[in-house]
Amino acid sequence: MTRKTVTCTINGKRREFSIDVRSSLSEMLRGEASLDSIKHGCDVGECGACTVLIDGRPFNSCIYLAVWAEGKEILTLEGLTDTKGTISDIQQAFMDEGAVQCGFCTPGFIMSSIPIITSDTPASREEIRKQVSGNLCRCTGYENIVNAIEKTQKKRIEERKGSGKK
Amino acid sequence: MYDFKTLYEASSVEDALRLRKDHPKALVLAGGSDILIKLRGEEISGCELISIYALDELRGVCLEEDGSLLIRPLTSFSDITMHPLIKQCVPVLGEAVDQIGGPQIRNIGTIGGNICNGVTSADSASTLKAYDAVLELASFEGIRILPYAEFNLGPGKVDLRPGELLTGIRIPRESWEHTYGEYIKYAMRRAMDIATLGCSVNVRLTADKQRIDRLRIAFGVAAPTPVRGRTAEAAAIGHALDAALLDIVGEGSLADVMPRTSWRASKEFRLHLVQELARRATIAAIGKAGGTIND
Ligand code: FES
Ligand code: FES
Repeated sequence: MTRKTVTCTINGKRREFSIDVRSSLSEMLRGEASLDSIKHGCDVGECGACTVLIDGRPFNSCIYLAVWAEGKEILTLEGLTDTKGTISDIQQAFMDEGAVQCGFCTPGFIMSSIPIITSDTPASREEIRKQVSGNLCRCTGYENIVNAIEKTQKKRIEERKGSGKK
Repeated sequence: MYDFKTLYEASSVEDALRLRKDHPKALVLAGGSDILIKLRGEEISGCELISIYALDELRGVCLEEDGSLLIRPLTSFSDITMHPLIKQCVPVLGEAVDQIGGPQIRNIGTIGGNICNGVTSADSASTLKAYDAVLELASFEGIRILPYAEFNLGPGKVDLRPGELLTGIRIPRESWEHTYGEYIKYAMRRAMDIATLGCSVNVRLTADKQRIDRLRIAFGVAAPTPVRGRTAEAAAIGHALDAALLDIVGEGSLADVMPRTSWRASKEFRLHLVQELARRATIAAIGKAGGTIND
């Protein structure tokens, strides 16, 4: 068994891990870094429950070699709360819209929605559906998930407009 | 843990070629969306891997001096879809790879991996075939230039020789200029699915936009490997843009395919799809080229 040191930035902090080279990124993040938002759903890239952002884009961490994370910037759901532990608007919107039932898929959906809610171009419901089409939910029927993302996207675009005017 | 035996991480293309030479049995790992998934099962457990994923020199798209569009093999599907040169020269390729898997898969999956796997369902394959793509295969022996038309040897088997690495995919200027294409993927779901059948058509019209100057068509999942519909192509040259053209393309396509029955669809249904998708993609491509079909 070969071990290797991997250095990367996770949720804004520089971290270093000594890992077995056979580890997936999901195993490193959940096992070594104790980031429990990463779910081992299917482990084969089908369900999106392990989605994290790598350099700003969503990836399935279950089909990503941990050693590839070297030098990368990784964002997980834990990185969305502020320093006091207050949850972000998108997390709140998922709760308000009833987009969470068992919650297993939720971190993955929220991470997949980040490119939409941080973009200045409004996405249609159809585009939102496409953007989260790599995430599966057994409980909600998706409608409320799309609602939560749409609502947060609108709110953020309004906020940016507001702050731009000042 | 993935169940592989050894991981060799290439630090440069040269290093990758050396690793290919020294470890002929090792599999080349690009984005891993096939190999890492297979490693969750038993099929290839215990294998050796050469990871080339970190080689940024194998990423990107550019136009060369002679107007060839050069796509480096590690370019991800989403980077291909978003790239301005792809949008300008072969937008249909960007549209085709935008139908693979879901966003996460399109961020990790690479075009080189897609074609080196040699599967007939690869969504990039039919469009690259239909555009007469040319492959650049590097080894310590030198560079071998091979038409993509000759690359697929059988299901999952490609003409990648020991010690070789795919380092470039080229679409010559003559192939993309004044040419407009359409890809239709027929699948049971709109995302996260493999094509039941795929069809890519591109046309170049005569200057007056009244006739076909060149039509090229290729299919995925219509044969053991992605195939060109040469019979339909030959019959379409110089043809007027009318209903008879669509019949010729649809029926002509049947001559070059040999689909089989699988759990996804029967042979008969696939033959129906070959004709129907060929017609529809031809109509769309002609429309994009600024032509109208007169009946
Ligand atoms: S656990 Fe990674 S996609 Fe399902
Ligand atoms: S809330 Fe249960 S899987 Fe989505």
